[in-house]
Amino acid sequence: MSQGISQPDQPVIREGDTPDLFSKFDPLIQQRKDLLDSGIEDPFSLVMEKVLSPTSAICNGRETILLGTYNYMGMTFDPDVIAAGKQALDDFGSGTTGSRVLNGTYQGHREVEQALREFYAMDHAMVFSTGYQANLGIISTIAGKGDYIVLDIDSHASIWDGCALGNAEVVPFKHNDIEAMEKRLRRIPEGAGKLVVLEGVYSMLGDVAPLKEMVAVAKRYGAMVLVDEAHSMGFIGPNGRGVAEEQGVIDEVDFVIGTFSKSVGTVGGFCVSNHPKFEIMRLVCRPYVFTASLPPSVVATAATSIRKLMRNADKRAHLWENSKRLHAGLRKHGFQLGTKEPQSAIVAVIMPDLERGAAMWEALLKEGLYVNLARPPATPANMTLLRCSLCAEHSEEQVETILGMFERAGKRVGII
Amino acid sequence: MNRADVDTKIRSLIEPFNKKGIAITDQTTFAGDLEFDSLTVMDFVAAIEDEFDIIISMNQQAEIETYGQLVDAVCKLQND
Repeated sequence: MSQGISQPDQPVIREGDTPDLFSKFDPLIQQRKDLLDSGIEDPFSLVMEKVLSPTSAICNGRETILLGTYNYMGMTFDPDVIAAGKQALDDFGSGTTGSRVLNGTYQGHREVEQALREFYAMDHAMVFSTGYQANLGIISTIAGKGDYIVLDIDSHASIWDGCALGNAEVVPFKHNDIEAMEKRLRRIPEGAGKLVVLEGVYSMLGDVAPLKEMVAVAKRYGAMVLVDEAHSMGFIGPNGRGVAEEQGVIDEVDFVIGTFSKSVGTVGGFCVSNHPKFEIMRLVCRPYVFTASLPPSVVATAATSIRKLMRNADKRAHLWENSKRLHAGLRKHGFQLGTKEPQSAIVAVIMPDLERGAAMWEALLKEGLYVNLARPPATPANMTLLRCSLCAEHSEEQVETILGMFERAGKRVGII
Repeated sequence: MNRADVDTKIRSLIEPFNKKGIAITDQTTFAGDLEFDSLTVMDFVAAIEDEFDIIISMNQQAEIETYGQLVDAVCKLQND
């Protein structure tokens, strides 16, 4: 007989169990634990052991089609891009170890800014170390205490953080609602500085903003306009300049924010503008000044990639075909999607809840497909989404394979 | 509009958002008692802004925890 059976419970207080500053994370720790205890593969700690191409990798030991990378134009393995990066490593070393305003501006940083000025046909370009820092830096520096920022409620975290850092009065409006935006602009006290922040493509549902109307309203109220075109660069608009170009209002936009970590295929962020005083930002923008600049290899790959993105009509057309094929196929299988028609290279599949969303994510991974699992609070209306982003390098056959995987996984999990 | 009128108006505006039918006093909290999430807050604030033709920035919202504080804030914003 076990001796332990007659002993009373002896609860052990483990170190770290006492309430401290981490206590506020307890509900999330519990939610995560419950999810993993149900036997599911952790959706937030996937490791890619080997990357085979822009569209395939070995993930957690399996060969996997990548459908959640934002690598829209597949530039990550472009031979010219890779050669430029290797050359810069040889010529300039592995890093700058310095701020852009001190020892961190190399020839390559100037060249990538020149490539951006040409790509957007704008007078000024300023490169940041990440896209997050570009929004953080520009928004917090231009809209300060007493100024008003009017922004879409579904804005990216980097936009919200930029608003908070600058201490401006923050006034959100309902997603893509022109009238709601107009009402808020109308009520701003006279004489206050006004900035309207919009995105070309909203990354959660892959829907596009009515920029033509919204930019016109913003200008009528004397507001400056910043548009984040992170998810449109390279394939939306006649020159790939984004939704503002597509809708014919890019000349009215004061600041375009973008990133190198999607179509460009590396890392970094930027702002382009025609504002005559724009260059002063290099001295007053703290997230630009107080951080190390991008490594020489990164700016060399970015500059090469941006120049190639200026002439890529065939790839763009194929990316749209992929997006339409996936969207139509998923609808046919009975999945609920974020938009009625495909509006970008993002197709969001709406899951009934987090549990089934995570189960579906895992079922797809076992089929050999990687998509993004997006969940509250990052998602609009507390939705759980499987976010698919297509690449110009996905073949027609791969898209058909993907649809088969979705069908099998969806039936297994009981979603369709 | 005096405080009592503002109170009456806001009471009628809050109804569709008060899903559990909580009895509302000046001490009722939005996050705790009414369990408003960020989207509910946005829709509710928009309804108040439209009714009183005012703007309540998120910075101001952060200072408002209870129903009574909201009524006071709206009274003040109206007179500004």
